[in-house]
Amino acid sequence: MTSHQVVPIKVYVAVWAALSILTMTTWQVALIDLGPFNIIAAITIAVVKMLLVVTIFMHVRQADSLTRLYVGAGFLWLVILLGILLCDYLSRSWIPGGQFWPSGPAMIVGG
Amino acid sequence: MSTAIETPRSTETLNYLNTKYGWKSWLFTTDHKRIAILYLISISFFFLLGGIFAMLVRLELATPAGDLFNSDTYNKLFTMHGIVMIFFFLIPSIPATLGNFLIPMMIGAKDLAFPRINLLSWYIYIVAGLIAVGTMAYGGVDTGWTFYPPFSSTYSRTYVVAAAIAVFVSGFSSILTGLNFIVTIHKMRAPGMTFDRLPLFVWAHYATSLIQLLGTPVVAITIALLGLERIFHVGIFDPAIGGDPILFQHLFWFYSHPAVYIMILPGMGVINEIVACFSRKRPFGYPFIAGSSIGIAVLGFLVWGHHMFVTGQSMYASLVFSLLSMAVAVPSAIKVFNWTATMYKGSIRFETPMLYAFGFIGLFTIGGLTGLFLATLATNVHLTDTYFVVAHFHYVMVGGMVLGYLGGLHFWWPKITGRMYPEFWGKLSALIVFVGFNFTFFPQFLAGYAGMPRRYHAYAPEYQVFNVMSTAGASVLGIGFTLPLIYLIWSLFYGPKAPANPWGAKGLEWETSSPPPTYNFDTPPVMNEEAYNYSGDDTGVHVG
Ligand SMILES: [Cu+2]
Repeated sequence: MTSHQVVPIKVYVAVWAALSILTMTTWQVALIDLGPFNIIAAITIAVVKMLLVVTIFMHVRQADSLTRLYVGAGFLWLVILLGILLCDYLSRSWIPGGQFWPSGPAMIVGG
Repeated sequence: MSTAIETPRSTETLNYLNTKYGWKSWLFTTDHKRIAILYLISISFFFLLGGIFAMLVRLELATPAGDLFNSDTYNKLFTMHGIVMIFFFLIPSIPATLGNFLIPMMIGAKDLAFPRINLLSWYIYIVAGLIAVGTMAYGGVDTGWTFYPPFSSTYSRTYVVAAAIAVFVSGFSSILTGLNFIVTIHKMRAPGMTFDRLPLFVWAHYATSLIQLLGTPVVAITIALLGLERIFHVGIFDPAIGGDPILFQHLFWFYSHPAVYIMILPGMGVINEIVACFSRKRPFGYPFIAGSSIGIAVLGFLVWGHHMFVTGQSMYASLVFSLLSMAVAVPSAIKVFNWTATMYKGSIRFETPMLYAFGFIGLFTIGGLTGLFLATLATNVHLTDTYFVVAHFHYVMVGGMVLGYLGGLHFWWPKITGRMYPEFWGKLSALIVFVGFNFTFFPQFLAGYAGMPRRYHAYAPEYQVFNVMSTAGASVLGIGFTLPLIYLIWSLFYGPKAPANPWGAKGLEWETSSPPPTYNFDTPPVMNEEAYNYSGDDTGVHVG
């Protein structure tokens, strides 16, 4: 595709190098225990890598606004999926245990 | 009559059917109209296959005892009925046949944006279909079409992975069709074909394509994870190895609830066209019908948890899902009200497509409203996994989509084939379908409300009266579906030649010959009036 060759090869090489370094970073960071920041560090690195791939390898940076809208919609839908999923997972344990069901869920099963 | 058939081919005007002959000209075609025919033949095969499974299920349920099949065979039968009908008939039904054929013509283009991808999507569909048929021939699968773990990932001894691969592969066919439609609708419109002049059929398919594009990858990933767990015992869904079975249901229904709209929105698109044409009126509230399609597509992604009210999902999440499920009924209701308002004071003609449209509106309304019963938390607890759900679902899918599909097939049959179907037989079978359908599925509401659970091959004797009615109705419905198969094929050879616009309908697809030439229009069309300009059309208004 001739229209896509606006990105010079060295940019691709630089992105590839960056992706490789970030992969190594993920690995090295995983060896250090950061407590709750383990997951945050891993996801941050993954998001940076993903953005590099999407904007440069997949040419979204040069794309027209309609294409960008669709790419954005894809991420918005991922946010919807994960966001509502978390609503379930975070609130699943909010059972008003002691007050309403003194002997816990087992009592419900037993009728 | 017979002399007309003997007419040598050379004297006929050149159209997409007679430009080339031979199997190669079909299997390697990139003409969207020929690909639509390929799809039409393939989905008809799968409709027949799924229908046979349905008839076997109904036969077993004619008596309370599990006397015809053992429970394992019965589980396979309803599972394969579901998989075939949903993934291989309903999802591609209208989009891949009527949508494929009509969208380029309706917007004044000579083909879809990516003709070869269009052909590729059919081949992917066929590969998936062959895997599915092969799976069934080897003994099938018994998980239900929903593939719930841990049964599917750990305990089922049937061909779960093979069936899952079939569904996985068919998803790509669906994604490619949606992608093709979106790009086509954005980039290939004829001069003057602005978005506010698009036929509502096209709007409905745009919304459908959005769902196919944004939802289908999720079910593909979900099924891949299921395969990983079943083959390599990676703990994702099975609690015994550290997974969460509710996670599967979340991911599955994130696609599969919107998939219900993939299956109904194109049907709604067909009904828009039929109601406007046979009432000789511009659709009432065009922008609202168009907007409600998009509204359904977007809101439809926020309601999936209504399938999980009794699974152990957070009750707070259930509250929100219940509320949102009520909200998604609003755009559906807008459509129903606007169809009736379109008919109000119209000059209505009762031809076959319109009979199907009437059936659609009534049955979809029942299907939609019983959906609200199920979206209500307290009644849902009582009705979950009963025949009430089965009846609700079939009112939407058969009463809605299949009737929409048949209505659309009759409406555009003259355009697609260049032949008229016999009107008497058309009307008769529309009537038989309507009666047979209600006899099949209305008793299931009653049985379900009385507590009959779904997915069992034997049941308590007090439910037998409902089941006998349902089985008898299914036989009538079977006749209603067989008749069109016979007379439509008959019409290919003996039907009278169709004029370019037999219904006096508006829309660019009616301005070219029947059947259309390979590139759809002899001269590139220009849209120089509002959509559905029935009031300004003197030739059309007085036709009926
Ligand atoms: Cu749903």
